[in-house]
Amino acid sequence: MAVGKEIRTKIASIKNTQKITRAMEMVAASKMRKTKDRMQATRPYSKKISQIINHLSHANPEYKHPYMIEREVKRVGVIVVSSDRGLCGGLNANLFRTILNEMQQWNSRNIEIDICTVGGKAANFFSNINANVIGQVAKLGDTPHQMDIIGVIKIMLDGYENGTIDQLHVINNEFVNTMTQKPVMTQLLPVVAGDLEDDLSGHWDYLYEPGAKEVLDHLLQRYVESIVYQGLVENNACEQAARMVAMKSASDNAGNIIKELQLVYNKARQAAITQEISEIVAGAAAV
Amino acid sequence: MAMTIHVDIVSAEQEVYSGLAEMLFAPAELGEVGIAPRHAPLITKLKPGEVRVKISDKESQEFYVSGGLLEVQPHIVTVLADTAIRAHDIDEAQALQAKARAEEMLTDKSGKVDYALAQAQLAEAVMQLRTLERLRKRGS
Repeated sequence: MAVGKEIRTKIASIKNTQKITRAMEMVAASKMRKTKDRMQATRPYSKKISQIINHLSHANPEYKHPYMIEREVKRVGVIVVSSDRGLCGGLNANLFRTILNEMQQWNSRNIEIDICTVGGKAANFFSNINANVIGQVAKLGDTPHQMDIIGVIKIMLDGYENGTIDQLHVINNEFVNTMTQKPVMTQLLPVVAGDLEDDLSGHWDYLYEPGAKEVLDHLLQRYVESIVYQGLVENNACEQAARMVAMKSASDNAGNIIKELQLVYNKARQAAITQEISEIVAGAAAV
Repeated sequence: MAMTIHVDIVSAEQEVYSGLAEMLFAPAELGEVGIAPRHAPLITKLKPGEVRVKISDKESQEFYVSGGLLEVQPHIVTVLADTAIRAHDIDEAQALQAKARAEEMLTDKSGKVDYALAQAQLAEAVMQLRTLERLRKRGS
């Protein structure tokens, strides 16, 4: 019977798509576990170093490192951390929306923007909208190394030291849980003083060995690197989680469509059978 | 009980140690420093070498760091190590022993020997020794 051939091929093709999305879901699930472990492993370091920087910003140092001095903001630098690949739901789109909002606000205050991108999606997006991209790195894979991102960080730090940029931000997705990822923007330079758990008020300063400049140079550079790196590994975990969720809902949707089509197909088949029988009966009656 | 200070040792890869201690010794760039509770605030770079945490009179723990930073607040000390390994993780004597054992197994062809296992053990021991040697070289 040649009923609903198109419907049958359609069902078959959707079944194939469903197989692919289901496979991608499982791959993402296993990768998510690994990237999450990596994210959690590097978290203590970046947490501690931010804590130290926080202490430092509450001290009253004789020597003020340029990274700690607020300047009038004429141009900001932003490091945008995105994923390399798509098919991960609204992850990158949400991130770009957040950064575009910020960019609009800066624009309205006549502040210019320099951008360094980490990850292929950000590179595509910002070259499409003709933003001022001054550095990019992509294809870092699932196990990024700190070495890989030193280049873009160096561009930004040099820019800050030369006075081309007056503020440095990093924006990436924060891993809240498997279902939720949130774009967050962190100001790296100049260092912002946060809240303290213990009371450190009063007039005090660190002893620096060997010298304040040397130590602070080293510490602040490490700080920027570790925060950006943490952003990168966190974004990686987000990417896998978002992909897993997106692929799961894609598989579910494919299942629904298949169900509907199957119903349509069955009805058409039944209608054809009924018609045939009535034709036969009518034929018999006519004899 | 004696006064204690909170010590955190973290490396780029993981948290290595977190807990109370009576004193901490670290290889600062200008020479070894000992940090007791209520030490003045201090930030210093670390040389490759050994960080020793004295938990009590009887107990202490050693770590190797390949460089890093040390921050001291009156009640909290943080060691940011580039890489930190618990010293007993690479116990030289044990590594040597393991190497000897594995070599013995490889030469002993009379009996039934799992060569794959022996080779794996040998490789592991050699790696540990090399790590230890590298640490020592950098430390000197």
